[in-house]
Amino acid sequence: MSRFLIKRLFSATLTLFAVSVLTFLMFFALPRDPVTGMCPKNCNPERLERVRDDLGLNDPLVSQYAGYMKGIVTGRDLGSAQGGRCDAPCLGWSYVTNEAVSDTIARVLPVTLSIVIPAAILWLLLGVGLGMVSALRRGTWLDRMAIGFSLTGASLQLYFVGAVLLLVFVYNLRLLPVPSYTSIFDNPAKWASGLVLAWVALAFLFSAIYARLSRAQMLETLSEDFVRTARAKGLAKPTVYGRHALRAAITPVVTIAGLDVGGALGGTVITETTFGIQGLGRTAVDAVRSGDLPTIMATVLIAAVFVVMANVLVDLLYAAIDPRVRLR
Amino acid sequence: MSLSPVEGVALAEIESGTGSGGPGVKGVVGRSPGQLAWLRLRRDRTAMVSGALLVFFLLLGLAAPLIEMAYGVGPREQFQKLLDGFGMPLGYAGGVTGDHWFGLEPGLGRDIFIRLIYGLRTSLFIAFAAALITATIGIVLGALAGYLGGWLDAVINWITDLTLAMPFLIIALALTPTLTLRFYGERGQVSSAFGVGVLIAVFAIFGWTSTARLVRGQVIALREREFVEAAKASGAGLGHMLFRQLLPNIWAPILVSFSLAVPQFITSEAALSFIGVGLSDETPSFGRMIYRSLDFLQTDPAYVFFPGITIFALVFAFNLFGDALRDALDPKSSR
Repeated sequence: MSRFLIKRLFSATLTLFAVSVLTFLMFFALPRDPVTGMCPKNCNPERLERVRDDLGLNDPLVSQYAGYMKGIVTGRDLGSAQGGRCDAPCLGWSYVTNEAVSDTIARVLPVTLSIVIPAAILWLLLGVGLGMVSALRRGTWLDRMAIGFSLTGASLQLYFVGAVLLLVFVYNLRLLPVPSYTSIFDNPAKWASGLVLAWVALAFLFSAIYARLSRAQMLETLSEDFVRTARAKGLAKPTVYGRHALRAAITPVVTIAGLDVGGALGGTVITETTFGIQGLGRTAVDAVRSGDLPTIMATVLIAAVFVVMANVLVDLLYAAIDPRVRLR
Repeated sequence: MSLSPVEGVALAEIESGTGSGGPGVKGVVGRSPGQLAWLRLRRDRTAMVSGALLVFFLLLGLAAPLIEMAYGVGPREQFQKLLDGFGMPLGYAGGVTGDHWFGLEPGLGRDIFIRLIYGLRTSLFIAFAAALITATIGIVLGALAGYLGGWLDAVINWITDLTLAMPFLIIALALTPTLTLRFYGERGQVSSAFGVGVLIAVFAIFGWTSTARLVRGQVIALREREFVEAAKASGAGLGHMLFRQLLPNIWAPILVSFSLAVPQFITSEAALSFIGVGLSDETPSFGRMIYRSLDFLQTDPAYVFFPGITIFALVFAFNLFGDALRDALDPKSSR
C-alpha cells in the first residue's frame, strides 16, 4: 500500500512540475510582451523597463522559473514596487489589481469552494441515488422518469439552465436575492440563499450524468454471479444491493466524480459568469482579459493542483473500495 | 465496455438469425456485422427520429446562404427602427413578427432567426472538424500505445494525464489572444475564419485523450489474439498491423465515441464563446448569443430562449442518436 502511494505521489509531482513548466513557457516566454498589460496606457519606456526589471523579465528563463518556484516554497523578496517581502506561498505581484496574487486567491478561493462542495454533495447523492433506484426498479415508471431526466439534463447547458433559474426564482417570483457571495462564517443563511441557484444548476446537470452512469453500472453488476450467490445464500436484499453490489458498481463513478470535482474546484468559469459571482474561474477570466500574467499563472497552477490531487485521491479510494488494486 | 466488440457482434448474429423469421422459413441469410447494425438501427424508432432531426439540422446549416436569400434578412443587418428608445425590440416576445420569426436582438437589432441558422453552421462545422481531428490523433496515439506498450505506452499515458490536468477553459482563454497576436499583430483585422481555426486547434490539443484511452484499452484486449500473432508471424509491418488488422476490429466503439464527441464539441464551443474566446461578436454563435442575452434577462426574457432551446435540441438529438448507435453496434451493452 505504501509503495503504491509513493508511486502515485511521485507521478503526481512529476505531472505538476510539467504543468508548471508548460504554463510558465506558454505565458511568460511567448512573444507577447507581458509588461504591456501591467501598466496603464500612457507608460513611458523608462517605467516599462523598470517594471520589466522588477519582474525579473530580463533574467534568463530558467532562473525566472526557479525564482517563481522558490517563492512558492519559501517566499521571496519582490522589491518595493511589488509590495516588498512576499511570504510563502508567494505567487507574485499583480500590477493590475495592485495586490499580492496570493491575497487575491485567498479571497476568491473560498467562493469557488462554497459553490462546488455543496453542489458536489448534492449531485453525487441525487445522481447515484437516482441511478441505483432506477436500476433496482428497472422498467417501472420511476425508471422511465429517471432516464428521461438524465437524457434531458445531459443535453442542457449550464448557462441556459442558470438563466432560466435566475429568470424564474429571482426576477419573476422574487423568492431569492440576486446571487452573491457572503462568507459562511458571517451569515450562513445569506451564504446559502446567495449560492443556492448555483448549486441547483450545477447539481441538476451533473446528477443527470451520474444517474445515467450509475444506473448502467448497477444493471451490469446486478447480473453478475456474485450477486446471485449472495442472494442464494440467504442475505437480505438491502445487504446485497447496498453493500455488495453498490461497492462493485461505484468504482467507475468514483473515477468520474474525482475528475469532475477536481476540475470544478479549479474554477467554475461558466457558473460564476452566469450568476455573476467572483470566484476563482471568473478571476482567471478577468486576468486573461487584462493580461495579468501572475494571476493567470497562479489560477492555472491551482486548478492543476486540484485535478492532480483529485486523481491521487481517486486512486486511494479505489484501493479502499477494491482490495485488488493494492496488489498492482 | 468489458467485452470485445467482435464477440458482441457474433452473438448478435445468432440472435437476429433466429429472431427475424427463423431459419426454417427463409433459411439463414449471411449478413456482415455492419449490415446487422444497420438493420437494428433502422428498427429503432428513437434512432430514426433523432437521426431525421440531425439531418434537418445539417441541412439547415449547409443551406444557410440559401435560407438567407429566401428569408431576405442577413445575419449582420441591423433594424434599429424596430427598437424603442432603450434599444428594446418593439412588440411581443422580443419583437417576433412575420419578417423576424424569432424577434430581434436588443441593442443592435439584428435578426435572431438568421443568426441562429448561421450559428448552427459555425457550431456544426467546428464540432465535426474537431471530432474528426481528435479521433485521428486519438486512434493513432492509442493504437501505438496499446500495441507497442513499454516505454512508449508509459510516455503517451503520462501525456494524457498531463493534458487532463490542464484547466481547459482557462488555457484556451489565455492561448487564443496570444495566438491571434502572434499571427495578426496588435492592429490586424482578425478574420472570422481564423477564429474558427484557433478554436478547432484548441480542441485538437485537448480533446484527443478519451479516444486515445478507449483505443488503447481495446487494442490491449486484442493484442494477444491469434490473428494478431498470425499476422506478426507472416511478417506484417507496424502500419499494416495497426490499420489493417487491429483497427477494423474496433471501429464500432470508435464510431460510437465519435458520435458522442460531436455534441460535446458543440457544447464546448458554445461554452468557449460564452466566456468570449475565439469567435468575434461578428460571427454568429450560440454561446455568444446566450452571453449577450444574460444582460437582458429582466427586460427581454424571450431572447435567451431561442438560442438556449436550439442548442438543447441539437445536443439532445446527437446524444439520443449516439446512444441508439451504441445499442445497434454493441447489443450486449446495457448502458
